[in-house]
Amino acid sequence: MIKTDILIIGAGPVGLFTVFEAGLLKLNCHLIDALPQVGGQLSEIYPKKPIYDIPGYPSILAGDLVDRLMEQIEPFKPKFTLGERAESIEKIDGDRFILTTNKGTKIDAGVIAIAGGLGSFEPRKPPIPGIEKLEDKGVNYFVRDPELYRNKKILIAGGGDSALDWTIELAEIASQVTLVHRRTSFRGALDSVEKVTELAKAGKVNLVTKAQAIGIHGEEKLEGVKIKTENEEKDLDVDYFIPLFGLSPKLGPIADWDLNITKNAIEVDTLDYSTNVPGIYAIGDINTYEGKLKLILCGFHEATLMVQSAFKRIYPDQKLSFKYTTVTGIEGL
Amino acid sequence: MEEDNIIKISVEDREGKTHSLEAPTDMALNLMEVMKSYELPVEGTCGGMALCASCHCYVLSDHDLSEASEAEEDMLDQAFFVEDNSRLSCQIKLSKEHNGLGVKLAPVS
Repeated sequence: MIKTDILIIGAGPVGLFTVFEAGLLKLNCHLIDALPQVGGQLSEIYPKKPIYDIPGYPSILAGDLVDRLMEQIEPFKPKFTLGERAESIEKIDGDRFILTTNKGTKIDAGVIAIAGGLGSFEPRKPPIPGIEKLEDKGVNYFVRDPELYRNKKILIAGGGDSALDWTIELAEIASQVTLVHRRTSFRGALDSVEKVTELAKAGKVNLVTKAQAIGIHGEEKLEGVKIKTENEEKDLDVDYFIPLFGLSPKLGPIADWDLNITKNAIEVDTLDYSTNVPGIYAIGDINTYEGKLKLILCGFHEATLMVQSAFKRIYPDQKLSFKYTTVTGIEGL
Repeated sequence: MEEDNIIKISVEDREGKTHSLEAPTDMALNLMEVMKSYELPVEGTCGGMALCASCHCYVLSDHDLSEASEAEEDMLDQAFFVEDNSRLSCQIKLSKEHNGLGVKLAPVS
């Protein structure tokens, strides 16, 4: 089992910087994130947007800030479990925790720091009645193994890169591919748009624009999808329905961890950003307190104070002496 | 008079209740920010960059709003319950011309 001092849930900017501040106190960190890459929202939502309120950087692209943070924490050798969502925690030996991810990975930690931002990113699910019942029974929000769709009839919904890319790839494999999109224009990469248009002209893809999926049917497994176009509603018999509407953050299982939660945020004590559960802290956008501002800058501050408290919890008998990096550097830590 | 810079906006929430909001026009605010300041149930997850669709609303009044940008349309592609009068409220930058604007919050899925 993985063992660490601080288990950080969320590898966004605040989670990453926590590694640095923890490292100065010789505490090691393991990070987990539901996304397959580090950086949280900065990587997933706005990597090319400039941020103007990071001290010392008049302007820095969100993606570049993530790169710099990774460089900054590299000396402390953090470990990562990416693409897995924190699912449950249990207390052991009175004061340590074991966290289990949705894929069954177990991590033993002295302290848990939730730096989960807005929650874990999950696929946006179309508000079609009964869709949950058929999830994994014909309704898939990700394409994991294209072979699953060989010689099958599939319907893809969405207008972004993933909808276009999978339409192109699955057109080679599936017996029939229908792409349904709200508008006539697509936001994906131009060459993908052109390719899909060509495939539609060649009759290899059934392109239905100004349309959306509004219903599904099937009991044990998916049998068909109802789509609504400008003029009509019609049923399409398909084996698989793949809605690709991007990802949106959801608080997820954290909501069931007996933490005090107000408006989707975890209540903390501003003394050390501890939650109502001893040993669990919450920092960054996911916490709330009087005067809270959801700024990366504030999350960095919260992380810094939090690790001081975490140290005292992990090493109750050791004295913590505060040192400036300008005096000691980070070498040899 | 100071009131010169204040406009009135009405917002219908998801339960059908209408809220009257007042907003200053000299603070570069967008509609999402004003609705949040009144604690209406608008997420505004991305902070107003047209990157999340969690401030989706319908424009009910016949105000002549600027056309939705390509970025806004792209984001609406990822929203649900999209209608012809759908907008992302964060992309409606409030000015005097918006006095009397009426909107309705879109359902959340």
